[in-house]
Formats: sequence, structure tokens, C-alpha cells
Amino acid sequence: MPLDKATVAHIATLARIRLSESELEPLAEELSHILTWVEQLNEVDTTGVTPMASAAAASLPLRDDTVSDGGCRDAILGNAPSAARGFFTVPKVVE
Amino acid sequence: MSDSALLALNLAEARDGLAHKMFSARELAAAYNDAVTEASPLNAYITPTPERALAMADTADQRLAHGEALPLDGIPVAVKDVFCTKDILTTAGSHILDGFHPPYESSVTEKLWRAGAVMLGKANLDEFAMGSSSTTSWYGPVENPWRRPGDNRPLVPGGSSGGSAAAVAAHAALAATGTDTGGSIRQPASFCGIVGLKPTYGRCSRWGVVAYASSLDHPGPMGRTVRDAAILLRAMAGHDPRDSTSAPVPVPDFEAALDGDIKGLRVGLPREYRVDGMPREIEALWQQGGEWLRAAGAEPVDISLPMTKYALPAYYIVALAEASSNLARYDGVRFGLRVEGDGLEDMYELTRAAGFGGEVRRRVLIGTYVLSAGYYEAYYLKAQRVRALIGRDFATAFERVDCILTPTTPSAAFPIGEKSGDPIEMYLNDVFTVPANLAGLPAISVPAGLSSDGLPLGLQITGRAFDEETVLRVAEVLERAAQFRHLPGFFAGGDR
Repeated sequence: MPLDKATVAHIATLARIRLSESELEPLAEELSHILTWVEQLNEVDTTGVTPMASAAAASLPLRDDTVSDGGCRDAILGNAPSAARGFFTVPKVVE
Repeated sequence: MSDSALLALNLAEARDGLAHKMFSARELAAAYNDAVTEASPLNAYITPTPERALAMADTADQRLAHGEALPLDGIPVAVKDVFCTKDILTTAGSHILDGFHPPYESSVTEKLWRAGAVMLGKANLDEFAMGSSSTTSWYGPVENPWRRPGDNRPLVPGGSSGGSAAAVAAHAALAATGTDTGGSIRQPASFCGIVGLKPTYGRCSRWGVVAYASSLDHPGPMGRTVRDAAILLRAMAGHDPRDSTSAPVPVPDFEAALDGDIKGLRVGLPREYRVDGMPREIEALWQQGGEWLRAAGAEPVDISLPMTKYALPAYYIVALAEASSNLARYDGVRFGLRVEGDGLEDMYELTRAAGFGGEVRRRVLIGTYVLSAGYYEAYYLKAQRVRALIGRDFATAFERVDCILTPTTPSAAFPIGEKSGDPIEMYLNDVFTVPANLAGLPAISVPAGLSSDGLPLGLQITGRAFDEETVLRVAEVLERAAQFRHLPGFFAGGDR
């Protein structure tokens, strides 16, 4: 099922990647090409097969709910493009 | 010892030389620092760390002098630049991680340093480990030290661990770490004429490794010999409570498994790996591999892995879905690149548009699509069901055989820039390596011969989960039979 320009624009919004109008058409073609190729999976009868999410053991391990790390605020903020008074800062969200 | 003689030693030989005080860790590190500089035209490293290497070597020398040597004391290694290294630039080959200095160390590299290894630097790779050619890095493509005789075109080293593979092949690292999501250790190992091992899923911790596809990402060793890979794996492996998928199983002495005894071992040859368009010489090398193992006492057995053809498309759905989710964290807020815009949403979109390269963008978009409302069942769950069938194929095969022998790749290295037009053509490089990632099984690539145009070709051994010992044992027998002694056109310390 080939993707049209509107669908690509919608996916790009979901993925928070800005695309210019001129990029939509070639990307629609490229992505459609790949999706058509993966659709060969429909040849496989998977009735009754449980989806496999991981090769790891099915149950996740539990640990005690105690603090095991932390106290390194400044080290973490050290990588922020913008930080002030112990916080990450972002453009104003609420008017 | 001369620098070029030092650089020609493999890991096991260097370890013995250090133990017998034939040279110091500092001499070895200094020779390798020079080699890293000499090999810089290959662009195998993003960030060399020569001072760190010397400091670590000095510490190793103190232990060696006191007879308290650790297993990897003084061994200089390259680290693929997806392993976070405390206070050292970590880029994943992406513009979006500009300036990122992790405040922590990945579990695998921490284990290496605790075993005495010496860090030479951070190795170049495909952006976010997404690729089979090491051409998509923000820091430029990596060049394979091998060239076709009489042909000056630079070749790709494979990918995504192409910097690691090129560095080891060019004697600019004694060994290296890689990660393998669909073949990213084994395919570059094959292209560069070295050994690369993808361990069982859960054998090596993913904690502190920049995530591509979490259920498929496998850290693993790359080295000049099977023994080197075994030594390195032992130091990298082990349970880590910080990775919930890390397996709480003991770490064997993998080197001790290299006893050459494969008598009576059953080796499967899957008929589905005879794919259309595979060069005749690769098929011939594969048959030769079967003969070598037979001569050593193993029994080749024809087997069937019927779902092989569907592994690649299933992989691309699963991997891209996981990638789109994992890469959501790059938003310009907490680390890396920020492109200011008109408000928060605008900043997100502009940052990600500027920060991600073409291949990453393509994969995030497809991953987003297959997870979006209305398509999740048709694409994502379908691919996970096919993945279960691929796992079942292997389980059935391993009722009859102890390991599986195949080629590593359907071709040798190709020129930089070739195969960049059609993404699917590039994806087909991983047709033989992807199944082991979906099933989480250990698999190794061993250099086994040269193509008619003089380039290395690898053979792959795949084994049962957590049976790296059989995989390594068989691989070493193959290595011994193949007698691959060829050197690339360029290597540090060689005559130019």
C-alpha cells in the first residue's frame, strides 16, 4: 500500500521531524518502496502464532524498590543545551 | 621490539609478551597511538584518546610489575562510539549528539577497564549503528584498509561497526568492541578480514550503549583471531542488574573451549542460504568450509530453515519500530543538539530535522508508521509472529545439529558510494546475519578466504543460545584450516 504525501506529512508530525514540502514526494516514493518490499510477510501463515517481542526470558526481574543511584543533578544538567537554577529550560509552553 | 613487530602481534601474543616483560604496556600503547595517527586517512576513529591510553597503560604496567596482572592488562582496544564513556565525547556517529559527554560509563566498557584494557579511542560507525557500510556517519565515511589489487577506489569496511573493523584490520587497534543489531559486527568483520562475534542476547549488558533496537542490539568483541574474540568476550560478558534483559548465567572461560575437538559434532548447512545472485565463489567457499570441518571429524548435515527469506523484512519492521521509539529521546532538551524555533514543538521538529541524517530519518519515519494506529497489527505484530517462526526454525534445526555453517555475507566489500541509491539493495547485505539477531543466538564470522578480486570473505558459525563455547571451538577449527594470513593493502607499521 503506497504512501501518499499527506500520510508522510502526518508520520513526520508524529515523529517530530520537520520536512519541507519538496521532501514529501521523494520520501513517499522511498518509503512506499520499502513498505511494499516488507509486505511479502503476508505470504506467511501466522495463524495462532504468539508474537515474539524478545529473545530474553519472558518475565522481567524485580528488585527491591530502593534508591540505587542519584544525587548527580549537576552532572546530568552538564549536557543540557540550556539549563538554569538546577532545571532544564525550554521555550515557553504556556502563555 | 620495533613498532611494526609490536603492532603485528595478536591479543593473545601481546598478553604473553606483556606477562614475560618483553615490552611494557606503555610501549605497546605508544605504538598503537602512533598507529591510530598513521591510520587516520581511514577515518576509523571519531575521537582518539592517546593520553588516556598512556595513563591506563602506566597503571597496567604497575600491576604487571607487581605480578598482579589482570586478564587484559595493557591491551589497547578501540570502542565503538555507541558505548558511553564517562566524560569522553560519545556521538553514535550522529550530529544530534553534538558535544555529549556521558556522566557515566557503559557496563561493557567498565568491565573492560576493570580487566586492565587500555582505551585507544572511540571508533566511527554508521549513524546510530543503522547501516551496513559505515558511510552514514556525521563524521564522514570509514574506509576499508583493503583494496582490490589494481583498483584505487576506496571500499566500505561494512557496517555498522566499520570503524572498529577497519582499525583492527589496519593494526590501529589490537581488538575492539562492536554492536550487532542485524549483522553489524559480523558483516564488517567479514569485509575487513577479521573475527567478529555476536554473543547470545543477554550475554553482554546493553546498559550505557546508545540504543538502536533494544530487542536486537548485541554488544560483542572483534579481534584478529578466534582466540582474541574469546578472551575479549570473557571480559565483556556477565550479568548486569542494570539491564533487565541481561542473563543471570555464569561466564565460562571461553578460551578454554578452544581445544580443537569437534569429532562427532553435527554441523547444519541450511539449503535456503543458496540465494539468487550469490557469487559462485562464496558458495564454493561455504562448501570448502563444510569439507574442512568434515576433515576435522565433524559431520555436515543438510538442514532447512524455511523462514530464512522472511527474516530480513521481519527484521526491518521490528528494528525500525523499536528505533522510532528509542530515538524519541533526542529532542534538544537534555543533551546534544538544539535548534531554536518558535515554541517547544517547533524546537523539537527543527532539532530532529537538523540532527538526524537521511538513513536515520527514513528508519524513524517507517518505524513511526508501522506503530501508528491502524497499522500496528498489520505490520508490527505480523513481523513479531514471523520472528517467532524464525526462532522455531532454529529450535527445530538444533534438535538435529550442534551448530550451523553459512557464509557471513552474500558479497565482498564494495566501493564507497555504490549501493547508496536503493536502500533495499543495501539491506540485502544482512540477509545471512539478521536471523541470529531475531532469534538471539550466538554467531561468529571468521575470515576464510579471498574473493577472485582479492578481498576477504567470511564464514559464519551460529550456535545454540548461551553455547558460545561450541561456536568458538568450531570457529577456531575453521580458522586453522583456512590459514587466512593475508594482510590488507594498508596497515599501520607496514611498508607503504
